[in-house]
Amino acid sequence: MKDKFKITIDGVELTANQGETILKVASDNGIYIPVLCAYEGLKPQASCRVCSVKVNGRTMTACTTTASPGMKIENDTPEINELRKIIVETMFVAGNHFCPTCEKSGDCELQALAYRLKMDVPRFPYSFSNKEIDASNPKLMIDHNRCIKCKRCARGIKTEDGKDLFAFKNRGDRILISIDKELAKNISDKKAQEAMDICPVGAILRKERGFINPIGTRKYDNNPIGNNIEKLKEI
Amino acid sequence: MGKKITIEPVTRVEGHGKVTIHLDNDNNFERSRLHIVEFRGFEKFIQGRPYWEAPVTVQRLCGICPVSHHLAAAKAMDVIVGAGTGDGLTPTGEKMRRLMHYGQVFQSHVLHFFHLASPDLLFGIDGDPAIRNVIGIAKMHKDLAVQAVMMRKYGQEIIKVTAGKKIHGTGAIPGGINKHLSLKEKMSLLDGKDPMNADKMIEWSLGGLEFFKNFHKANKDLIDNFAAFPSKHLSLVRKDGALDLYHGVIRAIDADGKKILNDVDSQDYLEHIAEEVKSWSYMKFPYLRKYGPKDGWYRVGPLSRMNTAEFIPSPLAQKEFEIFKAYTNGKPNHSSMHYHWARLIEILHCAEMMKDLLNDPDLMEGELVTKGTKSYEGVGLLEAPRGTLFHHYRINKDDQITMANLIVSTTNNNMPMNLAVESATKQFISGQDKITEGMLNAVEVSIRAYDPCLSCATHAIGKLPLQVKLYDSKNNLIDKRTKD
Repeated sequence: MKDKFKITIDGVELTANQGETILKVASDNGIYIPVLCAYEGLKPQASCRVCSVKVNGRTMTACTTTASPGMKIENDTPEINELRKIIVETMFVAGNHFCPTCEKSGDCELQALAYRLKMDVPRFPYSFSNKEIDASNPKLMIDHNRCIKCKRCARGIKTEDGKDLFAFKNRGDRILISIDKELAKNISDKKAQEAMDICPVGAILRKERGFINPIGTRKYDNNPIGNNIEKLKEI
Repeated sequence: MGKKITIEPVTRVEGHGKVTIHLDNDNNFERSRLHIVEFRGFEKFIQGRPYWEAPVTVQRLCGICPVSHHLAAAKAMDVIVGAGTGDGLTPTGEKMRRLMHYGQVFQSHVLHFFHLASPDLLFGIDGDPAIRNVIGIAKMHKDLAVQAVMMRKYGQEIIKVTAGKKIHGTGAIPGGINKHLSLKEKMSLLDGKDPMNADKMIEWSLGGLEFFKNFHKANKDLIDNFAAFPSKHLSLVRKDGALDLYHGVIRAIDADGKKILNDVDSQDYLEHIAEEVKSWSYMKFPYLRKYGPKDGWYRVGPLSRMNTAEFIPSPLAQKEFEIFKAYTNGKPNHSSMHYHWARLIEILHCAEMMKDLLNDPDLMEGELVTKGTKSYEGVGLLEAPRGTLFHHYRINKDDQITMANLIVSTTNNNMPMNLAVESATKQFISGQDKITEGMLNAVEVSIRAYDPCLSCATHAIGKLPLQVKLYDSKNNLIDKRTKD
């Protein structure tokens, strides 16, 4: 039993296991902490900062901070949510995100998070930067206008024989995702779908299948993002 | 140079335009122009985007009839994915799209006739502008206003169950449609609680026609002669000559009714139609190549469709079509105000077609999408509420759009609207000492008959954004009227 200890999130006492991140403890207890760069099965990298929480008064990322006994965590507070909203807004202005015409609309984590955080319009000026589209691969299209540089694709997608399909160059806000063109020629439809699914936004798309899911059946049409975690609490 | 009158913006039309009228020193007509002063740029910024995005992106041209652009782009993309040139889709694919389109034409026509145009008929062209609007209709003709709102709602609900949402849906995809009609959706519209059912829509459509015909009887001179002028007419017709709003061959007739474009394949439109650019308007001037820019202009829309079609394939609308045709002894009808009559016949046709389709089992099951050999160029034509709509795209080997050419319905009516303005100006303003609000509204009524969609809806309630300035020959302001 000494491996277990108590922490609180927004005043609610929870039991944590030794070695678990704050994000894991929260999720297991039906408390939603938003994430974008974190993805199940991938080592967390804390680059998007959307999972920021206050731990004993200090701002920390929930995906990389290990829970320890007696931690007092603030999560769903006006201050933290405002911070998260700012982060999401900066992502919108850094890229060219036009939800009305994006085929990932309704399935997009960035859009869903913006709705959840009640973002109306970004308070920052748009960069309107000229980004390229790489449509030269037979099954996948990369639209750099929408990439939020989470690197989930580079960290998570490998070909059937274990090779990296995606890579990135540069650092910080100049990160540019690229796809191995030779490997991309021979990927299966299943792998292409995996690549599209791991992308939280509409930057990686399977070609010639846009808008195939009718409105009403998309991931966030009927349930806000995080609802799947919060449902655990209701059970 | 004499006097110049500017009407800016033109009200109770969709979008932003202005009219300039030049008069000589005795206030006699010299020339008039309808300027379309919006610039949108869709043809440019769609370049580089993947082709399957076009039906969803390009429909954002408009909030009134986005379905028309959605479907015209989808039809062009059908050609690109090898799904035929309009009649190659699965029965489910084609019929769901048709239902979407009839719902769209129905609601758009209803919006135009009842909300935008009827105030001119019910309160008079020179009626008090304070009540000559949709609020005036709601106050003084409550039944009509309620019908108009509910009919529009019905059309929007049809769009929702086929496209996914009422405005800017995603239903039509290259090669077909992305959903079936559910039993619940079908029953809610076929047999919904009064008045939301197909039979009520047919009943009210007939009522709208009766209203117009009675008004016509009492106001023959206005309806028959206001802004009337002979012209060529163009539309799609079904291969057998029937009215078909979704698909067909291109037919044009001259002012006497002789076929001058004889049922041309829509993929070949560019061989027959060209566009001229004029420095004073962002809207181009299309014309039939063989007659040149000066004489090749033509009219499109409900009136033109009644002129080019030989029959309507739904029984009640066919009966009304026969009355309409008999009025001009089978000859082409050139009265601008008869656009309203034709529009009401099409409302009835759409109501009948929606009922038939809602009863069709193909909408509830069957293959949604079909594809064949890919090609790199596609043309999609459609009869939008306001007339023939042309979408033309080319793509590269990586599936990116490299060229888009859109000739929207209102563009086709550019020259006719300019002529209607000229006709109304000559009739109401030329030679008058004092320019009244009613006279200027007459100019707007002539434009309104064409239901131009200059991009998005606007309507005049409260402070009307209409400014008219009258200048003398030395460009000094001598009279100014503002509707407020």
